[in-house]
Parts: sequence; C-alpha cells; structure tokens
Amino acid sequence: MHDREPTGARVTVRCRLFARYAELAGTEAIDLDLPTGATVEQAVHALRARLAEGVRFPASPLAAVNRQHAAPGWVLADGDELALLPPLAGG
Amino acid sequence: MGFVTREPIDIGALIGIVSGPGRGGTVAFLGSVRRGPEDGPVAAIEYSAYEEMLEAEFGRIVAEAQARWPDAGIVARHRIGQVPSGAPSIAAVAAAPHRDAAFDAARYVVEEAKRRLPVWKRERFDDGTTRWREG
Repeated sequence: MHDREPTGARVTVRCRLFARYAELAGTEAIDLDLPTGATVEQAVHALRARLAEGVRFPASPLAAVNRQHAAPGWVLADGDELALLPPLAGG
Repeated sequence: MGFVTREPIDIGALIGIVSGPGRGGTVAFLGSVRRGPEDGPVAAIEYSAYEEMLEAEFGRIVAEAQARWPDAGIVARHRIGQVPSGAPSIAAVAAAPHRDAAFDAARYVVEEAKRRLPVWKRERFDDGTTRWREG
C-alpha cells in the first residue's frame, strides 16, 4: 500500500483574470491546485480563499474553460485554462 | 482571418470582402464609442479583452451565422485598445442575395457578440478620470 495519494489525484489549473477582476486580485494569472473532479465553482471558491481580498471577489462569476464559456458545474482537467470574466461589455 | 484589430475599422474594406455580383443586399453595422447626454464627457474607451478567446468566440459566432444563412458573406471585427469617442469599435457586415438574410445575419452577429465576447471597457473622460463600464 502506498501512503501517498495516487498520481492524478489533483489537478493544476491556470486561472486567468481580466479587467476589474485582475485589479481586485492584484494579478492576471494564478495557478490553482485542486482535487480531481473539481468544478469551476470549486475553483472560484479556492481562489477566493487564497486572495487577500477574496471576500470582495464574486462567488459566481462568468467563466470560460479553454476559451469557451463554461457553467459553474463544469469539471476541470489537469492543465485547463480557467478564465474568470467580469460582466461582458463588448461592442 | 483575424476578428480583432488595434487599428481603425475600415468599413469600406469589409464591405469589399463580402460583396459580390450575386449578393444584392448588404447590411453594414458599426458600433461606435458614444458620448451622449447620459454618458458624460467620454473622450475615449479603452477596450481590453481575453484576446485568444475573443478570436475563438467571434469565429464561432460568424460560423453559426454562416451556417444559418449559407448564401451570405459575413465578416466582423472588434477593435481593442484606445478608441476615441465617435470612432467604431465593432463592425459586422453581411451581404446576401436578398435583404432579409443580410439584415438577419448582421443582427445575429452583433447581438451574439454583445452577449458572448470577452471584452471590457474602461471609459476615459475629458478630465482624465476613468471608470469601468459594464454593458
């Protein structure tokens, strides 16, 4: 028996932040180490816990995974790029 | 083809891309930086974007429109960076054999772009102050 977690038990996700969210976080990118099976919603929870001003960060922001809009329940895979998007204002 | 530009939008060039002898109706939409009474003295808007996704999502939107109106020629651009008031920030042009398809395709692209593109704008006023603008 191994007493370590098996390989793949955790995933690393690159979280990118834009516009007002990048200002709130004080950074445009942060790596998140998450349990396998973690969702977008859980990643946001982890990010809020990690940021000094996390309480000011929205709990349910718009999100994209690998450049496509993603729902809060989307399951993240190792190496995914998660983007948290302030309210869109194109045009 | 890139959907994102940092240069002024040349609507004539876009019309030239999609027009043709079999396309009797052309609709060109330009969205420009507004400085109306409700906006305040907006000198410019600084557009920022998640550029890789902006390209991908705009491509998906145009492909969807192309699938719905297969006889139309459709082209679109979003300008990012600093755009002075009065200058266009977004363009969608659709040319089709008949006007209905041209109107519908151009409108589809613009409405979906407003709803889906990862773009943000920071207004810059005449006195140099700035603020994020949503919507």
